[in-house]
Amino acid sequence: MKNLQFKIYKTLVKKEVTRFTRIWTQTILPPIINQSLYFIIFGQFIGSQIANIQGLSYMQFLVPGLLMMGMINASYSNVVSSFFGSKFQRSIEEILVAPVSKTTMIFGFISGGILRGLLVGALIYLVSLFFTQFQVYSIMQVILFSILTASAFALAGLINGIYAKKFDDISIIPTFVLTPLTYFGGVFYALESLPEFWVALSKFNPIVYMIDGFRAGFYNINYFQNSTNLTVLIVLNIALFALAYKLIQKVTRA
Amino acid sequence: MYALSLEKVSKHYGRLTALDNIDLKVKPNTIFGLLGSNGAGKTTMISCITGTEHKDDGKIKVFGKDIDKQTQESKFQIGVVPQEFNFSIFEKVKDIIIWQAGYYGKSSNEVKERLNFLLHELNLYDKRNQPARNLSGGMKRRLMIARALIHKPKLLFLDEPTAGVDVDLRAQTWKFIEKLKKEEKMTIFLTTHYLEEAEQMCDEIAIIKSGKILKSASKKSLLNELESEVFTVKTNKPIKIESKAIKFYQTTKGQTEVEVSKSTKLSAVFELAHKKQVEIYDIRPKTNQLERLYLQLNQ
Ligand SMILES: Nc1ncnc2c1ncn2[C@@H]1O[C@H](COP(=O)(O)OP(=O)(O)OP(=O)(O)O)[C@@H](O)[C@H]1O
Ligand SMILES: [Mg+2]
Repeated sequence: MKNLQFKIYKTLVKKEVTRFTRIWTQTILPPIINQSLYFIIFGQFIGSQIANIQGLSYMQFLVPGLLMMGMINASYSNVVSSFFGSKFQRSIEEILVAPVSKTTMIFGFISGGILRGLLVGALIYLVSLFFTQFQVYSIMQVILFSILTASAFALAGLINGIYAKKFDDISIIPTFVLTPLTYFGGVFYALESLPEFWVALSKFNPIVYMIDGFRAGFYNINYFQNSTNLTVLIVLNIALFALAYKLIQKVTRA
Repeated sequence: MYALSLEKVSKHYGRLTALDNIDLKVKPNTIFGLLGSNGAGKTTMISCITGTEHKDDGKIKVFGKDIDKQTQESKFQIGVVPQEFNFSIFEKVKDIIIWQAGYYGKSSNEVKERLNFLLHELNLYDKRNQPARNLSGGMKRRLMIARALIHKPKLLFLDEPTAGVDVDLRAQTWKFIEKLKKEEKMTIFLTTHYLEEAEQMCDEIAIIKSGKILKSASKKSLLNELESEVFTVKTNKPIKIESKAIKFYQTTKGQTEVEVSKSTKLSAVFELAHKKQVEIYDIRPKTNQLERLYLQLNQ
């Protein structure tokens, strides 16, 4: 039965990857264009007028944050639209009638999101090389933080998809929660430069830890301890998984 | 062992009782017809058995396997053709079937033969590379049948397989269902609003109303329950007789019919007509006996 679930998992992942690559102009291209615009406008035009941050040019400072931003959006929106889409078209029933365990179902859907996040991240990384050079301090840390961040937002997307009843419901969270948290997550500025009040507030924003840990993977500069960043991410993943697991039990044809 | 058994199964939607303490048994290798009017609970019952809906109460077993305790084992036995289309219209026909096989742990290579067999059987082979949105309604239904059969289930659920299907295709569908029963030893559980069809095709019949099973029995014994039998007759002139055992009357469509009580010999019908100087040219049993029973029960 273990083996069976693994085979089913592979099907789910393959299907998810097929889906987002088939519609790549909606799933892969937009974040690359978006982030390239950020690189040009913030990095090149505005960045040239901004003093170095911790020895990094503004462009260099921006790259990890913009990568994260692209990955967060990609992994979240992949799962929320794929899951809601299959609810909307009722094709979720194909899975419900088959011997697919709830855990397999969750892993299948979020793996699709993680893979899209990583693909988008890798492509934005390649684009960023046109604008600046940098050395990666720890590739392991970069990969670890990429995966944990993508999985957290893939899970969040799944939870959103489970709750969503209409198309509006899948854009509310991205617009009102995800985008503000990302913008306040330290993509564009270092926490050091903020007034104390904003630093204190930022500590409630999980994206701050993700970007801090991710950027540390590139430049070995942290605001928080690396272990703090990692703990926040792991706890967040576990909590979101637990919630997703609880909610997915209730998913039905309706 | 039963192919399917339900024990005290209930399902509520808010304050509405969609299934009310249902007990039901389906023998293996039979065609079982579940009849009931719109909203009676047919789809809800299928959904609770097949896992697209959660029952509130009761026990369901598929070939002896409890769907709550041996969920995965029981799901391998089941194939489902739902009432409403439930596939991604953007996917190709063959991909939809292959993904489904994958949900049972089967690779596309392992199901290649089965896939081609089903595509040919269901007349979809030429459309196999088309996205599902390009199919006609009847083809979409056949696609769902192919998808439901890819893993060779032993118990197939068909929720109104012939609704909105043309006469030709309906006959084909029935032929195919018979074939599945015979050649794959399948048990078929279907719902339909066509009582004539159910009377011709089903071995066992259950009637559901407002979430309650009114009747569940073999077709034979159900029809035996009718106190009388109705024949359509052709006569040389109109005839109208009301007696206890024999009733001649005209239907609204101008057809003459005679209702004969079970204990009466058919020769008595001829004698009675003869006495009234009416000649009977032709007499045949009316096919939809079941309809009468259904209407009686559903009152
Ligand atoms: N998701 C749902 N939420 C609320 N009520 C529902 C839901 N699904 C079904 N019902 C109600 O449950 C009852 C049974 O519905 P069901 O779909 O099982 O009927 P049915 O016998 O299949 O009818 P039909 O012949 O029209 O397909 C109906 O009153 C219906 O309105
Ligand atoms: Mg129905």
